[in-house]
Amino acid sequence: MTYQPRKQKPITPDTFLRGIWRENPVFVMLLGLCPTLAVTNSTINAIGMGLATTFVLLGSSLLVSLLRNLIPKQVRIASYIVIIATFVTIVDYAIHALSLELYNALGAFIQLIVANCVILGRAESYASKNRITKSLVNALGMGVGFTFALLCLGSVREILGSGTLLGFPLFGDSFQPWVVMILPPGGFFVTGAWLLLFSWLQERRQRKAAKEEEAIHAPG
Amino acid sequence: MHPGDLSFIFLNAFIINNFVLAYFLGLCPFLGVSGKLDTAWNMGLATTFVMFVSSVCAYGINLLLVKYDLVFLRLICYIAVIASAVQLVEMMVKKFSPTLFRALGIFLPLITTNCAILGLALFQTFKEYSFLQSIVYSIGAGAGFTLALMLMAGLRTRMDLADVPAISRGAALSFMLAGMLSLTFMGFAGLGGH
Repeated sequence: MTYQPRKQKPITPDTFLRGIWRENPVFVMLLGLCPTLAVTNSTINAIGMGLATTFVLLGSSLLVSLLRNLIPKQVRIASYIVIIATFVTIVDYAIHALSLELYNALGAFIQLIVANCVILGRAESYASKNRITKSLVNALGMGVGFTFALLCLGSVREILGSGTLLGFPLFGDSFQPWVVMILPPGGFFVTGAWLLLFSWLQERRQRKAAKEEEAIHAPG
Repeated sequence: MHPGDLSFIFLNAFIINNFVLAYFLGLCPFLGVSGKLDTAWNMGLATTFVMFVSSVCAYGINLLLVKYDLVFLRLICYIAVIASAVQLVEMMVKKFSPTLFRALGIFLPLITTNCAILGLALFQTFKEYSFLQSIVYSIGAGAGFTLALMLMAGLRTRMDLADVPAISRGAALSFMLAGMLSLTFMGFAGLGGH
């Protein structure tokens, strides 16, 4: 494969920001749902998972972007997967060494980061086509967006399910925890509720835009 | 029943700890291809088959890795083996049964990114299942995946006709339905004893 220099657009704040809101991997693109639902029964787990995923995203984007002109097109997916798996193994061993408690809470889901489609999606559609700094900025945005989504789910589930936030009790003794929220069905319900909120916001924005357009075209 | 019994392992993977509804594995195809009953059935079949093949492969590879003390390479090996198993299955099906190949269509390559497959390989390793137990576990997990997919497809076909607010159409409604299914499956939790 010959190297063809292409005109690259400069890095804008949007490169970073769109991963957080407009193209949020979980709420807008519906990617990487398995770890999102599985580990968000407490806020701490959500943060740990978010950070681990962000690290893998950054590392794999860096390597893929570095090697983008060396990897033959036919074997690219396999190469990306091996790169991602390497970083996931690093994260797995690091968490095992740093915090056994978090390691036990997350379980096999640390290793399942490999199958997170957010990361492969970034490698395939962004890092393999863009310069290193730009891919890194984009990957960081996506990672922050993913962590944000996990936090949204994790905090709601922990507050309702155990009446605590980050382990601190929020309500008095009379609070009866909604146990279902920390069990699997709660994950589905809370995600559904957040998706409802997001589509409501989107619809409101569209209605507003339509109204403004009408006002412009209206006579007088 | 004893936790090591084959029948218990099967029931456990099939309904008690259903991969989709209790472990949240394989959600992407669960939400993506549960629009119609027949595609859901085909996808379930293909996934079960790949689960079976990769479970056998993962068992052999784990034996090798443990023997040569290379356990840290487990994840990389598993994912590579699953990707090649899917490729192999695709070629074999294409050669021996073109009808089945056409029916499965694009679902075969999609299975590589299904975390239920990798999850199965990892769980059977962590639980230290024997060869026979691994095979039963993979078939149970595949059957459970197919069951969840088909239930969801049936529900969604009905929901197309229901009068729900416009903003809840699509993903949000699917999640609510999945939550209710998951709640129902929790009723099986006592099955088989502890």
